[in-house]
Amino acid sequence: MLRKEPLCLRRKDLFCVAIIGFHRAVPMTELSAHLPQFQHGQLTENFPDNHLCNTNDNSERRRHDNSERRRNDNPESETNGQPQNRTQQVVEQDEEDEELTLKYGAKHVIMLFAPVTLCMVVVVATIKSVSFYTRKDGQLIYTPFTEDTDTVGQRALNSILNAAIMISVIIVMTILLVVLYKYRCYKVIHGWLIISSLLLLFFFSFIYLGEVFKTYNVAMDYITLALMIWNFGVVGMICIHWKGPLRLQQAYLIMISALMALVFIKYLPEWTAWLILAVISVYDLVAVLCPKGPLRMLVETAQERNETLFPALIYSSTMMWLVNMAEEDPEAQRKASKSSTYDKQAAANQIQNEDADLDDGGFNPEWEQQRDSRIGPLESTPESRAAVQALPSNSQASEDPEERGVKLGLGDFIFYSVLVGKASATASGDWNTTLACFVAILIGLCLTLLLLAIFKKALPALPISITFGLVFYFATDNLVQPFMDQLAFHQFYI
Amino acid sequence: MTLAVFFGCSFIAFGPALGLCLFSVVREPLRVIILVAGKAIEGLVALSEDGCSPISIQQMAYVAGLGFGLMSGAFSMINLLADALGPGTVGIHGDSQLYFLTSAFMTMVMIFLHTFWGILFFHGCETQRWWEMVAVIFTHLIVSGLTFWNPLYLGSLIPSYLLMFATAAWAYVLSGGCTQNLLRSLQGQQSETSPQPGS
Repeated sequence: MLRKEPLCLRRKDLFCVAIIGFHRAVPMTELSAHLPQFQHGQLTENFPDNHLCNTNDNSERRRHDNSERRRNDNPESETNGQPQNRTQQVVEQDEEDEELTLKYGAKHVIMLFAPVTLCMVVVVATIKSVSFYTRKDGQLIYTPFTEDTDTVGQRALNSILNAAIMISVIIVMTILLVVLYKYRCYKVIHGWLIISSLLLLFFFSFIYLGEVFKTYNVAMDYITLALMIWNFGVVGMICIHWKGPLRLQQAYLIMISALMALVFIKYLPEWTAWLILAVISVYDLVAVLCPKGPLRMLVETAQERNETLFPALIYSSTMMWLVNMAEEDPEAQRKASKSSTYDKQAAANQIQNEDADLDDGGFNPEWEQQRDSRIGPLESTPESRAAVQALPSNSQASEDPEERGVKLGLGDFIFYSVLVGKASATASGDWNTTLACFVAILIGLCLTLLLLAIFKKALPALPISITFGLVFYFATDNLVQPFMDQLAFHQFYI
Repeated sequence: MTLAVFFGCSFIAFGPALGLCLFSVVREPLRVIILVAGKAIEGLVALSEDGCSPISIQQMAYVAGLGFGLMSGAFSMINLLADALGPGTVGIHGDSQLYFLTSAFMTMVMIFLHTFWGILFFHGCETQRWWEMVAVIFTHLIVSGLTFWNPLYLGSLIPSYLLMFATAAWAYVLSGGCTQNLLRSLQGQQSETSPQPGS
């Protein structure tokens, strides 16, 4: 469904982000669909003190809803319970449009391609080289039924039961998170997050490193190892939960997503894994779109309170600038917040000029000429920004000088990587199947972002990609691969 | 087989295509999307109608063709390359010893052909010339049929390359190129006509 001007997105449109945050108490984290999030007007620093910026902005024009999914973990086993929060930003559109061309959206789609691809590459590379993650060493307590049964029917039944248990745990945890959030038990949630980050950054990376050393037969003493793990973990905690360079934070988020995905791939038996992927997508769809869904309730609660949730669980591709604050010194504000992914700039006069010069976000000079010819030159000045800031927060008017930032929740990374990793681990088609699933996920991501631009409300990002991925996996493995095999054997090309 | 075989074959097969990618696609995010998602983004067609088109139909044809070519090449080559890293001897049972090399060359020619076919096909659709589309399909069938002559590589590779050059020339002409520009660019001078899809 396209609108009448399908590709010219309103500049103020916010992509609704449905994020299912994950709780990282233990290996499992689930994040579900994230949609790229453009923030109009108010750009918030996308650092871990994102929530601080948001809470400081009482008059923000946009509302954030973050949804996160958390998991509870027992120390020993991975749990799947994940409460979900959803972040949703709704942007009002102006009547007269400054229209955002698809180029702007395209740039942000690419900003999502790169980290998703990187995470998948890391997972596939590990699966192919480190045999630990394809070795069967038991199952999680949340999937108690074994798949080594005598009959196919028994195996199918067991995997269905496993998936049902997993999904129930997830639903329970989601509801728990909604309850915690509703009753403002922030400390509990923060503590939960910190424990899960600790476990991921220290324990699981230690295991990973140990297995990599075993694979490549590298001799390592405990002292050096302790030093490495300590540094890795502490810097990771600081980057993720507090402040750090953007690239480092992104790298850490990708690494922990990959670690989590690897744990999933190792401990979920085959049929259970595919079933869980399918059911999670359906659950994501239901939870995000149904009026009584837990994610939606979380989003609405966060909207009422005008705050964001747990930004540490969200991958952000750019820093977002703090716009407005007409009271603030523009110089200081710019210097404090200006650290683009593309370049650092010295003092500049106008934020948008700087952006136009160095990081135009897709708004190249041709676009600006078109815009100027259509609607006249428009510039955002501190006065205009202050005027808009002064509007009541639920006002529909919106003037945004800048939009930046694409956010994707880590759960999406994890599930995409689980799909591709499982494909590379268990497919008979081997690399063809892996490649097909990879492309399927990217196409699904594209389509999700396109739908997001069209519908402008929170949409889950998992269903489309996972559906495509599953279809491509089974189709390629069973139909395409035997055919390609025979073709390659005879060296025929089609 | 050795790493040398692996890298050699992968660069033969994918080097030119990746070079094309790097120089013409990677800088434009829209082109990357079209490369991945193919022609699925119909909205872009609408964009080109109301004048604020970030990408011309020719560029889209080029990128879509390149995407198709890369996918087809990847599917052909990737298992071969994975096996090239492992142990074994090529042709130990009496088959041709040039298996990897010829596969790499064949893949390269297929990638190029897909790119040019994309341009031709789009042009045929745009200008309602059905015979161009038929020619594209026909040449595709011919090239695939030529591979039936493997392992008689002379019979399959050389005609394929000739066809590839012919298709390249045709696509070049259709995109607005002329021999003068070609000569000028080969001599290192600026071309004055409209940019070609590859630029």
